[in-house]
Amino acid sequence: MSDKAIKVRTFAEMTAAGETPEILFWVGCSGSFDDRAKKITKAIVRILDHVGIKFAILGSEEGCSGDPAKRAGNEFLYQMQAMQNITTMNMYNVKKIVTGCPHCFNTLKNEYPALGGSYEVVHHTQLVQELINVGKLKVQGGEFKGKKIVFHDPCYLGRANSVYEAPREIIQKLDVELAEMKRSKANGLCCGAGGAQMFKESEKGTKEVSTERAEEALALEPDVIAVGCPFCNTMMTDGVKHFNKEDKTKVLDVAELIAKANDL
Amino acid sequence: MLSPIVFSVLLIFVAIFFTYHAKKIRRNILIGKDIDLSDNKGERFKTMLKVAFGQSKMVVRPVPGIMHFFIYAAFVITQIELLEIVIDGISGGHRRIWRAIDGTALSGLYTFTINFIEIISVLAFVATITFLSRRNIIRLARFQKPEMKGWPTKDANLILCAEIFLITCIMMMNSADLELQARGETHKTAQFIISSNFQGIFSGMSTSAVHLFERIGWWGHIMGIFGFLVYLPISKHLHILLAFPNTYYSNLKLKGEFTTLEAVTDVVAPNFDPAYQPKTDPNNPVRFGAKDVHDLNWKNLLDAYTCTECGRCTSACPQNITGKKLSPRKIMMDTRDRLTEVGKNMDANGGTFVDDGKSLLGDYITTEEIWACNTCNACVQECPVNIDPLAIIVEMRRFLVMEQSQSPAELTNMFSNIENNGAPWQFSQSDRANWTNEN
Repeated sequence: MSDKAIKVRTFAEMTAAGETPEILFWVGCSGSFDDRAKKITKAIVRILDHVGIKFAILGSEEGCSGDPAKRAGNEFLYQMQAMQNITTMNMYNVKKIVTGCPHCFNTLKNEYPALGGSYEVVHHTQLVQELINVGKLKVQGGEFKGKKIVFHDPCYLGRANSVYEAPREIIQKLDVELAEMKRSKANGLCCGAGGAQMFKESEKGTKEVSTERAEEALALEPDVIAVGCPFCNTMMTDGVKHFNKEDKTKVLDVAELIAKANDL
Repeated sequence: MLSPIVFSVLLIFVAIFFTYHAKKIRRNILIGKDIDLSDNKGERFKTMLKVAFGQSKMVVRPVPGIMHFFIYAAFVITQIELLEIVIDGISGGHRRIWRAIDGTALSGLYTFTINFIEIISVLAFVATITFLSRRNIIRLARFQKPEMKGWPTKDANLILCAEIFLITCIMMMNSADLELQARGETHKTAQFIISSNFQGIFSGMSTSAVHLFERIGWWGHIMGIFGFLVYLPISKHLHILLAFPNTYYSNLKLKGEFTTLEAVTDVVAPNFDPAYQPKTDPNNPVRFGAKDVHDLNWKNLLDAYTCTECGRCTSACPQNITGKKLSPRKIMMDTRDRLTEVGKNMDANGGTFVDDGKSLLGDYITTEEIWACNTCNACVQECPVNIDPLAIIVEMRRFLVMEQSQSPAELTNMFSNIENNGAPWQFSQSDRANWTNEN
């Protein structure tokens, strides 16, 4: 991935300049604040820039989607967040949203409509697949050509929304060997972060969920564990470190694979 | 003739007993809050056909899936032979249907049906032995979990043994009957493909002894079925009936969409829209989330009665796999046990529940289990009869957070971060776009 500077504008800036963005890039908390996840965010930006989509972010007007609050049972806090975000997005007349996080994706797509926020919401892997399909994005394998990549399904993209093929189709475009874990797609095993577990210590047990999942992925001896969620990324990275395999196996988001392979 | 009277009295007794219990179960399920699932009838019917009738989710695990299909098919198809047994029982006759159609075009169908039942019964017999050995010899992990100790394991074995008993009896009845036919004692049928192999066992016996064995087979089989109907309402085996309504009332939405609490919207929405009209009755405040079975909806409770404790959910649960206390199957078993207890309480108090100082959350399910969940939907995906343990877990989290202000300290911090900074971590919302200027 190149180091060239990125230029990202907010909805407020574009609206002030009399421009209408085609799509809102919903960055999410992890993508905004987590150092590792920011790299994914930038990879998505480079892809959007490369194909020339007129996009904008909400910047400081974006607030947590409310997902962790809702999964943890705090429906009040969730609805406060959701209605604040909906008010902002409706004000900007947002029509289409791309997210870098399956949790934001799920919440915005499936749960915001009940509170008055109906938008066309896609996960970044779906948008990339669409861009490839319509010929706007040409993808080469680059440094990943011939490498073994295993995709870990994020629960909130896979089981929660039945999106299994988009990330796989993109990965296959890189001319790689796509390996599958036994527990994949509808039977995929969680990374351990969902349901607000990301924000707390786990209960007493024999093992961390992330260790269990990383062990399964590492058994395939992949060069890359591909993910589509910043939280899965954190968990799988932890799991790979647990087995001291970080030199052999990288954990990368599908957006990073595309951006790196094509030098975006 | 004494036996038609005995048979009819038993039949009526079993019918009354079963209806009595079925009504109790229905009443208990309706303790739950109302939820409108009257929409999408076509899609619901299709889901029921596919998942319950077609067993689509059972065969995801091929060995138990196919074995279970044998038992299921045997159970369904044997009902045809049961019809004749009941007719014979009431009338004191013998193979009444056969005698009515012998010599007509339908006689071939009778022979085909009996032979088909015999073949499927042998397959069911093999499946039952396989299931018994998976539980007791191979000792598969999912049947050895803590919640299976004691009665649940006995319950499962008892049902499997009852199936062996039923199959043995019907084979004994048919093979003894074939011997009696050979001796000109009973009305002649065609040969039966399986039971004819056992006919030789009776060849050296006196005719009255063969008659006795035929009757033992006949009465044994029907008594087994009567006993099963009496036992069913207190067993974990209700899925043979409830799988159908339970899949019909499946959640048809995407698994990621959790319910929106309207009572909460009524409180939150006026902050954003002064013209907002409340949807719930402010004079009748509801409890947020669920502490006890009364707070769950009737579908959650139907789920609990439908669960047959197979444990596929638990074997797919990431938290259970990694040794945590959470087991989605236990959530369902606890819900049913508490519901049964509440039902008995109502029976003892003239139909109204008198507070017993207990609740589902606390006395059955612990907060440790509730907080361990990843909300990953693996349990929901696994369930062959579309039970949703996650819905109950989420309702309990809602109760703990919104009614009790009880959550693990780290989650309480996460909530206040979201409330104050719009992010689950302590970063200022105004810094949200800082990444655009970083390299």
